[in-house]
Amino acid sequence: MGRKLLLEHINVPGINTFDVYRSKGGYAAVEKALKTLTPDEVVEEVKKSGLRGRGGAGFPTGMKWSFLAKPEGVARYLVCNADESEPGTFKDRFLMTYLPHLLIEGMIVASFALGAKTSYIYVRGEMMPQIRILEKAIAEAKAKGFLGKNILGTGYDLELYVQPGGGAYICGEETALLESLEGKRGNPRIKPPFPAIAGLYGCPTVVNNVESIAAVVPIINEGGDEYAKLGIGRSTGTKLISAGGNLKNPGVYEIDLGLPAEEFLYSDEYCGGIANGKRLKAVVAGGSSVPILPANLFLKTINNEARLMSYESLAYGGFVSGTMMGSGGFIAYDEDQCIVRNTWNFARFYHHESCGQCSPCREGTGWMEKVLHRLEYGHGKMSDMDLLVDVSKKIEGNTICPLGDAAAWPVASAIRHFRDEFEWHVTDAATAVTRNYGIAHYADPLNTVVA
Amino acid sequence: MKVTIDGFPIEVEAGTTILNAARLIGGDIVPPAMCYYSKLEGTGGKCRTCLVQVSKGSEKDPRPMPKLVASCRTTVMDGMEVKNITSPEVIEARKGVVEMLLINHPLDCPVCDQAGECHLQDLGYEHGAAKTRYEFDRRTFEKIDIGDKIQLHMTRCILCYRCVFVADQITDHRIHGILNRGDHSEISTYIQKAVDNDFSGNVIDVCPVGALTDKTFRFKNRVWFTKPVEAHRECENPKCCGKVTLWYKGEDVIRVTARKDEYGEAEEFICNTCRFDKKKTSDWIIEGPRKVSHKSVISSNHYDTLKPLPVVKTNPVLKEANKEQFERETRL
Amino acid sequence: MLSVQDTNMPVTFTPELISKFADIVSRYPEGKQKSALLPILHLVQAEFGWVSVPAMDKVAEYLSIQPIEVYEVASFYTMYFLKPQGKYMLEVCRTGPCEIVGAGKIMNYIEQKLGVKEGDVTEDGLFSWRGVECLAACGFGPVLQISPEYTFYEKLTPESVDTLISDLKAKAKN
Ligand SMILES: Cc1cc2nc3c(=O)[nH]c(=O)nc-3n(C[C@H](O)[C@H](O)[C@H](O)COP(=O)(O)O)c2cc1C
Ligand code: SF4
Ligand code: SF4
Ligand code: FES
Ligand code: FES
Repeated sequence: MGRKLLLEHINVPGINTFDVYRSKGGYAAVEKALKTLTPDEVVEEVKKSGLRGRGGAGFPTGMKWSFLAKPEGVARYLVCNADESEPGTFKDRFLMTYLPHLLIEGMIVASFALGAKTSYIYVRGEMMPQIRILEKAIAEAKAKGFLGKNILGTGYDLELYVQPGGGAYICGEETALLESLEGKRGNPRIKPPFPAIAGLYGCPTVVNNVESIAAVVPIINEGGDEYAKLGIGRSTGTKLISAGGNLKNPGVYEIDLGLPAEEFLYSDEYCGGIANGKRLKAVVAGGSSVPILPANLFLKTINNEARLMSYESLAYGGFVSGTMMGSGGFIAYDEDQCIVRNTWNFARFYHHESCGQCSPCREGTGWMEKVLHRLEYGHGKMSDMDLLVDVSKKIEGNTICPLGDAAAWPVASAIRHFRDEFEWHVTDAATAVTRNYGIAHYADPLNTVVA
Repeated sequence: MKVTIDGFPIEVEAGTTILNAARLIGGDIVPPAMCYYSKLEGTGGKCRTCLVQVSKGSEKDPRPMPKLVASCRTTVMDGMEVKNITSPEVIEARKGVVEMLLINHPLDCPVCDQAGECHLQDLGYEHGAAKTRYEFDRRTFEKIDIGDKIQLHMTRCILCYRCVFVADQITDHRIHGILNRGDHSEISTYIQKAVDNDFSGNVIDVCPVGALTDKTFRFKNRVWFTKPVEAHRECENPKCCGKVTLWYKGEDVIRVTARKDEYGEAEEFICNTCRFDKKKTSDWIIEGPRKVSHKSVISSNHYDTLKPLPVVKTNPVLKEANKEQFERETRL
Repeated sequence: MLSVQDTNMPVTFTPELISKFADIVSRYPEGKQKSALLPILHLVQAEFGWVSVPAMDKVAEYLSIQPIEVYEVASFYTMYFLKPQGKYMLEVCRTGPCEIVGAGKIMNYIEQKLGVKEGDVTEDGLFSWRGVECLAACGFGPVLQISPEYTFYEKLTPESVDTLISDLKAKAKN
């Protein structure tokens, strides 16, 4: 059983209140950082920990912090990205609901490290209940002297505010988030400049995911070196995986990075296998944006080695046979699910969420959705698969922000791995609207597929 | 700083974008730009037609950039090497962008008022595919009047945002903007309001397509039957330069626009009085006929000037990538 | 052109509402009051049930920005209703992970039960419903949320939807 650094006290009654959280050792990281460490030393610990951003891109957090520009007399900001909207991902909502003080504690330590005097938690607007929870927790922390002026008598001042979004997935992209926080449409900015140089209100800004910020707490408590001992290789520490789809026990799990994928999927400690005694057909391992894999390629890499839940192992094989850790949004599909329908559903999502600023994404996402829709509803053509791949290529890499890639990958990967299922929707169109293709060979041992 | 674009070296100041460096070199290696507008701050980056490949980042860090970059928003580094028309990847990507821009654009150039001076039309001819693969209904909108001088036909808009920047930067305050999102985005005033202030007419000049047009000119003629003449007047408005192009049909001034450079950009913005209210020859001091860019269909009335560069002809990979241009050349 | 639900209904912001606005504006640096736009629009919607043009104009005036800046924002984000809705808006997640555990069936059931199409309002003015994108509760689907309070319901079944709707009806009576 792996160590729980974030969710250790998740089942303690009242852990969402300041007093109970404090009695379980909460806010020790604030005391340690503010009283015994300099801001640079905090950054150093985070660097040593090897923590990689948990919001999707996996960029090393300590390094990101050290890039922050520090011109004299200019405010710096820390903004927490709690826009969680990537289909399949529901860890941040869970964390904020049950452990709001963990996030606030992390925000205080991180703001101190970055020299921010005002910090914002940008929460997607739909999460009104979580916004209320956080605002209450902030008020508690402030009443106890952990926020506001002269925190714990150290002379450090920090105000922390919760900002609601308005309903737009794109505001998870960090520069769109900053635009939104400035009261504008969530159009991603054209980079450079990067937020570390000119972010919120043109000032140097760090944007971090909820889980990244929360992970700073155990890193400071135990030291970066200790944290780095957990996990495997460059995938250090623990990671929250939100597991959904056709699972026996869907939910949010904290795993040691490097846990075998098979164990995560089938052991009773985690997902407990597929619901209703069905078989696994496919997996989206890191949120809807990452390439979908058939069951066999998810459990084993192309070399027939066990796939592990780590950044490197999931990515092994590149786009040909691998996928990505992404945001840890794990979706399992059983044998009764239709890949074409799911791909259409995702395409519709990206079409709906494109901000519309740049032409390949604005027009291409709608085009892909329409073609997939006709395939799913029995009017597809054999040439549609190549068309989709081509349109996805015209979007990928040619857009302002990675939403274009995020829209292209699920389509391209579904066709790459499930082409026969797509073709069946054309050749047997009448049947395909009445029943699903089934599991076919997608769970067969690998060599038969690869050979 | 030294930068090389498609093999042509040039020295530019730090902070220059790749696109502007290319414009200094000139000729066919200049990437097409549908959203960037040098006179409007913050424009560019959106249409993606100006994508280029950076095959060498700089002298210091020679690594190539992993993705194609928008040349209008990427500044040069010393020793940078850029490929535009010598990169099959760029040609392919640009073709993709043009196709995207056209999928929701009406295919009725023959009846569009902008025909002949539409940048999208030029772009489609130069870089696009011969026929569309899009088989779905196109997005359409009703034409609306935004005030008595300007007409908006959103169906043709490519969402370059230039007109929004004009309203922000050239006029007192902005009345129109971009509503909704994704491919539902539209230029609108939301509630029927007139866009009418001293400089609002400039949105017509910056619009690369026929989405914003001059109501006082519309339907009068096709541009290639008109004769452009440079003229100026002492304008009362201190912010207006008073330098314009008058478009004649016979003896009549049927339209007034700002003067455009070879990239279709207004050299200086003009006020609404000059644009809409001064349509008599006696209002103006005539300078002489306007020089028309060779790229423009106005000068030729047809499209045979669009020939691939010699360098493209000798390299088989490039030849393959530019196949359609060659076909068009033989077709025309 | 957008179909705009225009209304000449004059909008007044109560002093309590204005003081909430002021509290929000105080969170940002001097001159950055536009940051308050999204939160203020939420407050306006909670108060009036939707954001009308007169309400947006007043918000613009309060924040010293142009009305178009408010329209641009309100029409970008999906949470702001630009026309009146039912007192309770049921928003069902329709994205992949919820879809594969039965979101589609729940939406059909709600449509039948309320007798109105997506986006329409029931005759008594109490309910509207619509499909929305992933609500970050994918492991507990199908899920729905009910505005204006954004109360959240997981693992929906037709039976739980029945109870939910009758509870809301009872609540509306009191
Ligand atoms: C379209 C898009 C949506 C994103 N959504 C989120 C999100 O909901 N939450 C998040 O933390 N990061 C999201 N990201 C990633 C952020 O841009 C950014 O990388 C992240 O917040 C950085 O934090 P981290 O380094 O702690 O991961 C998204 C990125 C893109 C391109
Ligand atoms: S890629 Fe899509 S979401 Fe990103 S800026 Fe372009 S249009 Fe907007
Ligand atoms: S109306 Fe014209 S200028 Fe304005 S965004 Fe559309 S294409 Fe660009
Ligand atoms: S001109 Fe560069 S992206 Fe439009
Ligand atoms: S897919 Fe429904 S909550 Fe995520």
